[in-house]
Amino acid sequence: MKNTNNFNRRSFLKSSALAGGGLLLSFNWFTEAKAAEVMILPADWSELTGYIKITPDNVIKILCPNPEFGQNVMTSLPMIIAEELDVDWSEVKVEMGPHDNVKLGPQFTGGSNSVRMYWKPLREAGAAARQMLCQAAAKTWNVPVNEITTKAGVLYHLNGKSAKYGEMASLAASLKVPQGMVLKTPKDFSIVNKSKKNIEGQKVVTGKPLFGIDYHVDGMLIAMIQHPPAFGMKLKSFDASQALKMPGIKDVFSIKLYDEDFVQGGFDTRTFNEMIAVVGNSTWEVMNARKKLKAQWEASGDSKNIVNGRGGKTEVVVPGRLETSSNQMQMMAEYAKMPAKELRKDGDPEAAFKNAATIIERTYNAPFLAHNCMEPMNFFAHVQEDKALVAGPIQAPGWMEPTLASILKLPPEKIEIQMTRMGGGFGRRAYAQYAYEVARISQKMKAPVKLIYSREDDMTYGIYRPMYTATYRAALDANKKLIGFHVIGGGIPESPIHANRFPAGAVDNYLAESWEIPTNITIGAFRAPRSNFNAAAEQSFLDEVAEAMGKDPIELRLEMLKRAKENPVGKNNEYDAERYAAVLELVKEKSGWGKSENGKYNRGVAAYFCHNSYAAHVVDMVTRDGEPYVEQVTSAIDCGIVINPDAAINMVQGAVVDGIGQSFYGGMTFKDGKADHNNFNTYRMIRHNEAPKSIDVHFVQNEIDPTGLGEPPFPPVFGAVANALYKNTGKRHYNQPFMKGDGGEV
Amino acid sequence: MAKYKLKINGKVKEVEADPTTPMLWVLRDTLNMPGTKYGCGIAMCGACTIHLNGMAVRSCQMLVSSIGNQEVTTIEGLSENATHPVQKAWLEHDVAQCGYCQSGQIMSAAALLKNNPNPSDEDIEASMSGNICRCGTYLRIKEAIKTAAKK
Repeated sequence: MKNTNNFNRRSFLKSSALAGGGLLLSFNWFTEAKAAEVMILPADWSELTGYIKITPDNVIKILCPNPEFGQNVMTSLPMIIAEELDVDWSEVKVEMGPHDNVKLGPQFTGGSNSVRMYWKPLREAGAAARQMLCQAAAKTWNVPVNEITTKAGVLYHLNGKSAKYGEMASLAASLKVPQGMVLKTPKDFSIVNKSKKNIEGQKVVTGKPLFGIDYHVDGMLIAMIQHPPAFGMKLKSFDASQALKMPGIKDVFSIKLYDEDFVQGGFDTRTFNEMIAVVGNSTWEVMNARKKLKAQWEASGDSKNIVNGRGGKTEVVVPGRLETSSNQMQMMAEYAKMPAKELRKDGDPEAAFKNAATIIERTYNAPFLAHNCMEPMNFFAHVQEDKALVAGPIQAPGWMEPTLASILKLPPEKIEIQMTRMGGGFGRRAYAQYAYEVARISQKMKAPVKLIYSREDDMTYGIYRPMYTATYRAALDANKKLIGFHVIGGGIPESPIHANRFPAGAVDNYLAESWEIPTNITIGAFRAPRSNFNAAAEQSFLDEVAEAMGKDPIELRLEMLKRAKENPVGKNNEYDAERYAAVLELVKEKSGWGKSENGKYNRGVAAYFCHNSYAAHVVDMVTRDGEPYVEQVTSAIDCGIVINPDAAINMVQGAVVDGIGQSFYGGMTFKDGKADHNNFNTYRMIRHNEAPKSIDVHFVQNEIDPTGLGEPPFPPVFGAVANALYKNTGKRHYNQPFMKGDGGEV
Repeated sequence: MAKYKLKINGKVKEVEADPTTPMLWVLRDTLNMPGTKYGCGIAMCGACTIHLNGMAVRSCQMLVSSIGNQEVTTIEGLSENATHPVQKAWLEHDVAQCGYCQSGQIMSAAALLKNNPNPSDEDIEASMSGNICRCGTYLRIKEAIKTAAKK
């Protein structure tokens, strides 16, 4: 999920008449590239698209291009169009758009990119449509267009004439789309930066069928898959005779996810390639029949996957060993001592450490994490001879389309993908293997089928947040000045290190190194990938360095950021030191940092930059019933212009709760390749009574174009919790999850 | 398979199901009432919470054969058009993020307020701790329950 600022594709707006009259404003963003080409170049997906439909009877409909997984894009993205279109928000109808990468752009929900990437194109769309309506009114009334004004969906002429948008929509549709629209300045916003309720709130609280798991068509069959019981195992043989005798069962068979020679796209993760499918009339019947399967599994041995991701086609060797967490920890400790890949070097770090009066060295570890979306993975498919309909929860419909086309041997234009609301995503639903599985099953059954994972299937299928480790070293001279900084990090199977982020740029002598250990445990993006570990490790380490230097932890960071701003070390520093410092200043002020009345709290602070935004938290811990408890949190965020402030606060509060939960309790471990947890009885999730009593969220007020928000507040929670925990327990915690004691479970 | 007459949301529904079928799947699959959510199947997450004679229960653990004459209420039957005070409070506080757990949260909250019209923070935490919200909307849930309690 690489972010990019490269806007290298030009788009054009296109107007056409709606059937029955009215204006349809659409886009074509891929004028220089075929959709298929863009599929393998997600980094270049930079400009997106939307639809505006205005009917003669004044229905104003805005389609949301990006799938909704709780980040509230179905409200915030249409708000951006509505702002420039100048309509009454309460009259806008919002619908989830169809999957159409040409007209609606990449439609990718992830990387905290939705608002950031849609901001400009959606504003231009709204402004262009408004201008066309003004031109239509000018023509109709035979007056100059500059005498037309709009307010809340109504066109006015200075002589007193007025018309609703719908009345002019058909004529507007026949006009040329204006280019180079002047957009509103933020001070004129009347919808953006004003809190609007979740557009689907009413449906949520009345239990309407919004989610993929609720998808229903008459005659639909239910399927479940039985995957191998451990990573590194594969299907040897199975006996379905008892399962087939169970009531309501239609068929039991094995399916292959990919053909042998399949070239995987970057997001075609392959955990198990062969599984048993059980298909029947209802979920309960299929669950019961599945228990009657008699399957033999065997070690899979090493395997080779051909992956065509970013950076071209590569052959990936997946080791076949059955992994156990204690061995993984040991292996990571061994790798950490071996020569690693140098990612960045400034100055002479070797000399700095050689000449240091004091060296602080600490190692941090974190386990695999299961996403545990509340809605288990599921998908619907109806595959026919010449076409297919698939529907369900998916973050990246554009990435799954070419794979589906390849699997089903259908042209992409014959595959209709519908995106349902997702019961959480957190990165997990960027990987669509469950949709491929149900497509295979529907194709075989020649029937509409909904595949449902049980919670146990979901939790043990893989695609976890990787296991990470990092060793940080700081060199202090005799005056306790920081003269050198070294980080060496690695993981199973990827390294977490972002070499060009803070404190790179703030220390004269700096070295970042990395290594990786392959595994058969599949991994995927998990809310702020890599950052969610780095912020824990680096921000805990800086706390300890500040202590050793005899400095306040906020003051140390501010001094370092001042250096990075005024006289940055090296090149390619990813962050803006001024904006970074500003969130620390804000959180310091709002939390009353250093004030005596807060002496009752064990306070920890952390800040981090990722996904183009800045976040800082102060976590206030107390002891309750003998246990550390986060009672309140103060958060400061700079994500540029905030589209929907109340929803943005909700998002940040959620990220804080999530971060406390994951750092305290989260972790997936393994024994001989088998996941140690398969449900919420042992995989602990944060609950009501463990959430803070208050989370006070503050945004830096500026007029910078919006940047990410779904992910940035999450990583620094880990660091702030760790630092508060030190104050609470008197002991530094280096291994997550914190509440299972040092070393966690592993 | 056996036939059952179930009182659901004030109406009698006839269903045919295996006696061991949990109400969750009778509601979702047999009656096509998907407001009640599947989350874990072992009563650890609360997504499937319904009311049985006004008490909050986990429908994944309630066998259809155990229901008998008891009144079942689901999220679809809590009110017409989101007019129940808890639903209204949920909208007022704009609680939902992904929204998947919220049916269960609302049903647990409605049962709590029925038995304890003015719950303390501790009461809310205690009776809502069986409902997991993966998005972390706990603070708003608590505020919404307090708002609903005032109505």
